Amino acid sequence: MNAVLIVIALVTLGAAAVAMTLRNLIHSALLLIASWAGVAAFYLWAGAEFVAFAEILVYVGAVSMVVLFAVLLTRRSRADLTVTPDSAGRAISGFIAGGAVCGVLVGAIVATPMGVGSSPTPTVTVKQIGVQLMGTHAASLLIVGVLLTVALLGAIVIASADRTDDSEDTP
Amino acid sequence: MIAAATTDAFLERAPVLLRDAVTGFLPEPWRTLVNALIAVGLILGIFGTLFAFITLAERKILGRVQNRPGPNRAPIPFINKRFFGLSQPFADGVKSLTKEDIVPRDADKVLHYLAPVALLAFSILTFAVIPYGRNLVPVELDAAVLYFFAAGAATELAVFMAGWASRNKYSLLAAMRALAQLISYELPLLLSWVPVVLIAGTLSTTAIVDAQAGWKFGFIPHWHVFTPWGFAGFVIFMVAALAESNRSPFDTPEAESELIAGHLTEYSGFKYALFFMAEYFGMLALSGMAITLFLGGWRSPLPFLEFIPSYLWFGGKLLALIFGFIWIRATFPRLRIDQLTRFAWKFLVPLALINLGNTIVWSLMSNSSALMQLARWPVCAAIILVPFVVLGRKLSAGVAPRIYRYA
Repeated sequence: MNAVLIVIALVTLGAAAVAMTLRNLIHSALLLIASWAGVAAFYLWAGAEFVAFAEILVYVGAVSMVVLFAVLLTRRSRADLTVTPDSAGRAISGFIAGGAVCGVLVGAIVATPMGVGSSPTPTVTVKQIGVQLMGTHAASLLIVGVLLTVALLGAIVIASADRTDDSEDTP
Repeated sequence: MIAAATTDAFLERAPVLLRDAVTGFLPEPWRTLVNALIAVGLILGIFGTLFAFITLAERKILGRVQNRPGPNRAPIPFINKRFFGLSQPFADGVKSLTKEDIVPRDADKVLHYLAPVALLAFSILTFAVIPYGRNLVPVELDAAVLYFFAAGAATELAVFMAGWASRNKYSLLAAMRALAQLISYELPLLLSWVPVVLIAGTLSTTAIVDAQAGWKFGFIPHWHVFTPWGFAGFVIFMVAALAESNRSPFDTPEAESELIAGHLTEYSGFKYALFFMAEYFGMLALSGMAITLFLGGWRSPLPFLEFIPSYLWFGGKLLALIFGFIWIRATFPRLRIDQLTRFAWKFLVPLALINLGNTIVWSLMSNSSALMQLARWPVCAAIILVPFVVLGRKLSAGVAPRIYRYA
């Protein structure tokens, strides 16, 4: 069973690593999607069917489309698809931001007490997950929903801000 | 496939008995593996053959609708009898295998190669959770319906890969159009089956089929399609399924007259055949899911018809739905892309959401008195019919029926 986990981890991390080094944005996006599929495979390996299928449905099915649309709509030509940092300052600040996020995540993972014992795998049905989400965790579900709605509205505001500048048709 | 129930008729148990006779002598880990392989082989074999003959049936039926004979020349080898051109699919298969496989010079070779493979792989994955008969479901999953639509959602990615890797402006334009269409119709497709899960209280396909067992008054089956919300859900599901499988009248992604076959422009030979195959597999899988969710799965419509084995009922329903797909293709003209997305967002999605509320009303009224049991039929029918009429009137206002003066 551990060999399977190692293969899944290698595919997931390898895809993510290669995605970062590639110059072609479309290839990077597709590898990122492969990495998400790897995460879903990990959930399957861990016995969390529901989360795995939700991961595929949401990330591989929907978020991937958003990423690809964004890449294609913001680049003008194929030559434009390769990315290089604008300046050294930008690259450094990018590294600092990424490092900070990485540090927070790693800190959180290290600080979490992990049960290493061989406890039996709990069999969780979809019904139980639904009852949990609608009962005890209803508030957090609602908060996440509101947060995403706000993000969506914010994205619309940012995207439509350009329109007001070039109002040439109003004399 | 799960173990055989001993109480069923012999024909009902025949597939499982036959499999057990073949694999029964194997030791345990091997037996499960071989059983799984047999299931995979059967799915590939049966649906592959079905695909071949559906293409023939489609061309024949389209020919009949358009008052022409359709393909009728291909003879059976060696005996030289035509039998209505029954060997046409095999001739087509040989043709697509021997045709030259052209890859554009500037194409993204790897993605160009991967796109049809990924598309076909994902559409075959969806066959795993459909119950084909009593005790005949390849994989028992607790979240089977979710699995089905998760595997189906990945096909959009393959369409994008095909369009982008071809390095052809028509391909890319068509792929973007296809994505807009597929994402638009994903929403009504997903929303239309949520009521079924709500009523059945499960995501498992076998449990959903079991929830539709029995007959009211001895002759009306408890299928979901025979309720107001179920009927509306079924219609929305089938319309969205038409669009998701790129079938006419929603075949704008590969509109051959405007976009020279869209994302398929730069594909030839067997890769093109794989796309074609994936389209039909997607259609078959979505029809199978529609049968499972709304048409009672493998259950027979009347009690005295139960002597016919369940898998034959499933097959019959499947062929009937496929015939419906072909009939629609022969009858309806293609929609424009703006009409198509408007139809999804302004008509199907609101109706599907209303239908979800409708289902909640239905299930709330089911626990009350006999009067309420009777009253929920007109109430729920009105909840879905009134928005249908109002929305339809409003959206088609100003678009009067066209009068053909010279035709």
